[in-house]
Amino acid sequence: MPHSVTPEAIPAVEQLIAKSEPGTQDMAMDDAPSAEVEDKAKVNLEDLFDDEDSDEEFASSAPVKSEEDASQPAATFKISDKSQYSDPDVMRAFYQRLFPFRFFFQWLNHSAVPSNDFAHREFAFTLSNDALQRYQSFPTADLLRKRCIADTPPRIDIGPVYSTNPRDRKTLRKASAFRPISRELVFDIDMDAYDDIRTCCTGANICQKCWAFITMSIKVVDVALRDDFGFKHVMWVYSGRRGAHAWVCDKRAREMDDSKRRAVYGYLELLKGGDQGGKKVNVWRPLHPHLERSLSILKEHFQTTILAEQDPWAEQNSAHLLNLIPDTKLREALQKKWDSSPGRPSASKWADIDSVAKSGALSKSSKELLEAKQDIVLEYTYPRLDADVGKKLNHLLKSPFVVHPATGRICVPIDPRRVEEFDPLSVPKVTELLVEIDEWSGEDSEKKIQDWEKTSLKPYIEYFRVFVAGLLKEEKEKGGIKRERDENGDVMEF
Amino acid sequence: MIRHDYSRVEPKRRANIDPKKRQFAKAEYAQQDYKHRLNFYTLPPTAEITLEEFETWAINRLKVLSELEACSFRNRSPEETAEYMTSILNKYLPLRANTSRGTNLQEERKRDHYSHFILRLAFSSTEELRRRFSHLETILFRLRFREDDPRERQGFVRSLDLEWEEVGDDEKRELRDQMLAAIGSKREEEQDWFKVDWERVPELVSQRKVLLKRGMAYVPAKEQTSLVVAEFTKRLDEQLELTARALPRLDEDDRLAPILAHLSQSFTAPEAAYSSSDANIDGLSAINSGAIDTLSQNFPLCMQNLHMTLRANSHLKHYGRLQYTLFLKGIGLSLEECIIFWRRSFKLMTDDKFHKEYKYNIRHAYGDVGGDSNRRGRGYTPYSCQKILTEPLPGPGQAHGCPYRAFNVENLTGLLQRVGIQDREVLQGVKEDVKKQRYHVACNRVFEFAHKKEIKKVKDEGTWSATDLDTIVHPNTYFKRSWLLKHLGDGNAGVVSGDKMEE
Ligand code: SF4
Ligand SMILES: [Zn+2]
Repeated sequence: MPHSVTPEAIPAVEQLIAKSEPGTQDMAMDDAPSAEVEDKAKVNLEDLFDDEDSDEEFASSAPVKSEEDASQPAATFKISDKSQYSDPDVMRAFYQRLFPFRFFFQWLNHSAVPSNDFAHREFAFTLSNDALQRYQSFPTADLLRKRCIADTPPRIDIGPVYSTNPRDRKTLRKASAFRPISRELVFDIDMDAYDDIRTCCTGANICQKCWAFITMSIKVVDVALRDDFGFKHVMWVYSGRRGAHAWVCDKRAREMDDSKRRAVYGYLELLKGGDQGGKKVNVWRPLHPHLERSLSILKEHFQTTILAEQDPWAEQNSAHLLNLIPDTKLREALQKKWDSSPGRPSASKWADIDSVAKSGALSKSSKELLEAKQDIVLEYTYPRLDADVGKKLNHLLKSPFVVHPATGRICVPIDPRRVEEFDPLSVPKVTELLVEIDEWSGEDSEKKIQDWEKTSLKPYIEYFRVFVAGLLKEEKEKGGIKRERDENGDVMEF
Repeated sequence: MIRHDYSRVEPKRRANIDPKKRQFAKAEYAQQDYKHRLNFYTLPPTAEITLEEFETWAINRLKVLSELEACSFRNRSPEETAEYMTSILNKYLPLRANTSRGTNLQEERKRDHYSHFILRLAFSSTEELRRRFSHLETILFRLRFREDDPRERQGFVRSLDLEWEEVGDDEKRELRDQMLAAIGSKREEEQDWFKVDWERVPELVSQRKVLLKRGMAYVPAKEQTSLVVAEFTKRLDEQLELTARALPRLDEDDRLAPILAHLSQSFTAPEAAYSSSDANIDGLSAINSGAIDTLSQNFPLCMQNLHMTLRANSHLKHYGRLQYTLFLKGIGLSLEECIIFWRRSFKLMTDDKFHKEYKYNIRHAYGDVGGDSNRRGRGYTPYSCQKILTEPLPGPGQAHGCPYRAFNVENLTGLLQRVGIQDREVLQGVKEDVKKQRYHVACNRVFEFAHKKEIKKVKDEGTWSATDLDTIVHPNTYFKRSWLLKHLGDGNAGVVSGDKMEE
């Protein structure tokens, strides 16, 4: 057998594949990378440097041992190595039975009839030998699907829509005729950026406690994109391990040039100055309404996530907190107090600031102290966006619904209205889903039931379907005879 | 920099520089009437001018743009720039208000108009040139706009027809507090507000200086400058695109082509401040990866910081790696040695991971792999101070950029002390430079202090010329000069071999 799955390891999957695709499971994947592999050389240096520090930094290291692995009820098989999630057979079954090609096509095509929005869109495939094939494009969903089943890419990235078909780019006489013309406005929030304040886990690991950083970021960014910028079609997607992506799909967002993208990032960015910049928040008062609103969202998280759970200033770690207090007298008083009772948790230290200040150790005004405390709240909770991902029209971003090769989890959408309920550690893994199809025992007669409907991927695909329908409806209204805009703005009710 | 060589054109021959006019043969206006001092340059010139005028006017404007670029590179504030530019503008591109008693108003405006269009032709060929041209023309426009007579400015703005929706009284009452908070105003003063699609004021949005609601930006009347300037840039960018597409048709006129080519060549990219000759340092034998620790004493602060961070964490984030790799390439580290350097530096990483995820990038930076143009260009050019100083600030966990800009004063002082700059006067000077955002001045100050003895020596002995001691504007120049100065005794190393930057 050319692939690395041992028959004892995942019998269920083997069976399933044998059942559905007789004769194909022995296809030698080593031959799969096609002539297009040379395209790897075309990768822009900046692109290459861009992504790998985020979620993929640990792509090749051993997988995360997450608690639920152990707690799983007698699973039929044990997954312990990333190669099994991106194994060609697993991937093939995934693309055949689970990946929602139809809605995916509509999402990028913005209508049911194939158009250049889809046909000129760049896809980049990462193959199982790590070769990257850029500038792939497909006239229809079906051709994309066929390719995925044949090549079983463990990862698919989505690039921009180009002015001409990306496959023809070399035959064009003028290089300038090939340029990116549109793409979704995208954001990447990765746990990586929180390493200096995260105490519960390190590296690629996450738990519910630190996932809260992502949750609060989604809340703050989502409301700004909708209420401030007026975008309506914002889709959040779990990146498969320790972060989330946002895809703003409104036409107005897709058509923004790089300077507009930078402007949105500038508006949303707050923390400046690297690790050596000292105080990372420098804002004037009164606070900008966006910051005022963010602060009111984040305050609560500061109490729970930061003070109670992360406890960043425990033991001897209060130096940074002291640094952020602008008042020398108060700083000295606090220092003394904390030196004499080193066991104080962060919540008590935070409360100490006010009580010590009230006892007279404050030389500045209480307003200044309040503002400094607001700044601290923001420094510890405000979203840390990966600035390099979204500022350029032609950046690649990992597609929704692909499988993360190290965790096996599907990059599922996150409903921002129920973002608190989202638990990354219970997102289904590809292998589990394949078993679910196999074990499904419902009626299949009256109406053809899709394989994905038999699995726990169903709610996520349903969500995606509704999201896409909303987008398509608006495109149609705007594209066709100009109809009156829906009064309350939202064309799609979920 | 620019040769004034009129002999090669016949002054009396007439050139028509308007591509459109040639297309639509009939010229409607031979002479345009310029009501306003300011110009959005929407109408192309229609009158004929001599080739000599063509060239002189363009060169004069180019001179102005180059000076502006130097100002922006030196991080001069708008006020400092305005002050510095006054005499230059008066000399090369005077443009007076209606209220001034100048008699040549129309002629001045015509020159301004025509020279703009000539440079547009010269600089529309590549994206990079277009971007720089648009950037500098925008600065020039903003400068003139700010200084314009307020009444004439209003007249000009009205003539533009910019379609701003005024915020009505009800809405004003409702949003008043938020609008004021957004612009950071504490005072309760009455003012007018406009409502525009936020895309029209990206600058204000980017700096979070304006209230956004459902896609509209609420702009106070006093931010009119931003609005007008943004509109100026937007239209210019669109026009430049169009010009670029029309360019091939211009090739027909072989009298203009050489002038245009010459103009665009004079507008050398700031990246050219680095040249491969910087990598050839007399007396410094081929550098190997093991020498970097020692050589880092001669690095500018940005690279020392990267080096120290790398040593402390055995890792650097991507932009740090990129900035540092290119610098190392620039000081003459070969690709092979560079790969060894990074491999050894990432102590905690497996070989497999290194080869899979890092090696390719290093080779790409050296032009060893990649597309044709990357290979031909031998990869990326080492970053200049300007590039480093104008990129976004590093985020949490990142160490790239220029420390004079990215660090706060305490941390900067700490870093300087760690690399051996203890002198209080120098540290104080650095503090002041940094406060005025003159980061590279601070850097040069530190350089001069660290090489005080040596600089005095080469000056006294007259072995180095003044240009050899010019302001440093490139990290690789910093290294080269530092190394040479610190090795004055070693054989021939003391003499900078008169190498001009190659172009
Ligand atoms: S001024 Fe230039 S050389 Fe000096 S530290 Fe900054 S970037 Fe480096
Ligand atoms: Zn955690």
